[in-house]
Amino acid sequence: MFEYFNPYRIFKINSNLQKIIFFCFIIVLSIGLLEALFLSPEDYLQKDSVRIMYVHVPSAWISVGIFSLIAILSLSVFLFKNKNLILISKSLAPSGMLFTLIALVTGSIWGKPTWGTWWAWDARITSMLILFILYVLYILTFRIFEDQDKSNKISSIIAIIGAINIPIIKFSVDWWNTLHQPASISLTEKSAIDSSMLIPLIIMTAAFALFSFLIFLMKYNTELIKVKNKGLKRL
Amino acid sequence: MISDLISMNGYGAYVWSAFAFTLISFSSLYFIIKLQLKKEQKRFEENFSALTEEKYNVAISQEIYKEILKNSSAKI
Repeated sequence: MFEYFNPYRIFKINSNLQKIIFFCFIIVLSIGLLEALFLSPEDYLQKDSVRIMYVHVPSAWISVGIFSLIAILSLSVFLFKNKNLILISKSLAPSGMLFTLIALVTGSIWGKPTWGTWWAWDARITSMLILFILYVLYILTFRIFEDQDKSNKISSIIAIIGAINIPIIKFSVDWWNTLHQPASISLTEKSAIDSSMLIPLIIMTAAFALFSFLIFLMKYNTELIKVKNKGLKRL
Repeated sequence: MISDLISMNGYGAYVWSAFAFTLISFSSLYFIIKLQLKKEQKRFEENFSALTEEKYNVAISQEIYKEILKNSSAKI
């Protein structure tokens, strides 16, 4: 299985893939922006402020998705002792952190016209803030500790313990009384959101996913070259 | 028509600032990572040029080094 995680294999595919992903991202983002800003209808209650949803919700989904992936990879590092998995997790973290920040900032901007406040210590917002802090700690670990084994271990522990926060984010709206409404979109049941709003949301999610994939590819190459640079000195 | 698009029924400031923040964040991260990649590639080229012939032969026999060099701008 780990043959697929071979650095040379990933690097080779990666270098050819970056331009294609960038091109796809620009096209999907352009369509998404057109739909989100101009073609999709306004909400009967929130009016045009609902358009913020098209950047806020995909960012939140992707930030949570990336952290879950980092946690799974970190657990696999402990189980299978494969160092390339650390490189993959490390390369996923910057876009995950950025999407968490976007979700927090755009959520705050959306909160003002909707709830009348920029910030509230509501369970969903607080757990997202914790996620952002976890991302910062995860990234900082690689900068603080010079010993690679130590930084790998500590970052993996942060990701595994931090994974407890993922179900808290997901179910916070059901467990506590929060300002957020319960989930409108479900994979198993019919979504409560109309297709005129669901389609732009899916397009924007696809654009954001492409962007995070592009950043991952570029960061992975950077990290791998950094490792090989050290390898050259040891030759 | 255009002023309607900009004002968005009075929500324009909120909507445009949320989208602007997102797009500026995207551009910033993209350029930061691109810059880091270029910096590492340049460092790699410098280190590779400084190798002795013996070490060069060892390095060039490895596929990963060949692939990194293929993607760098320098002709070594």
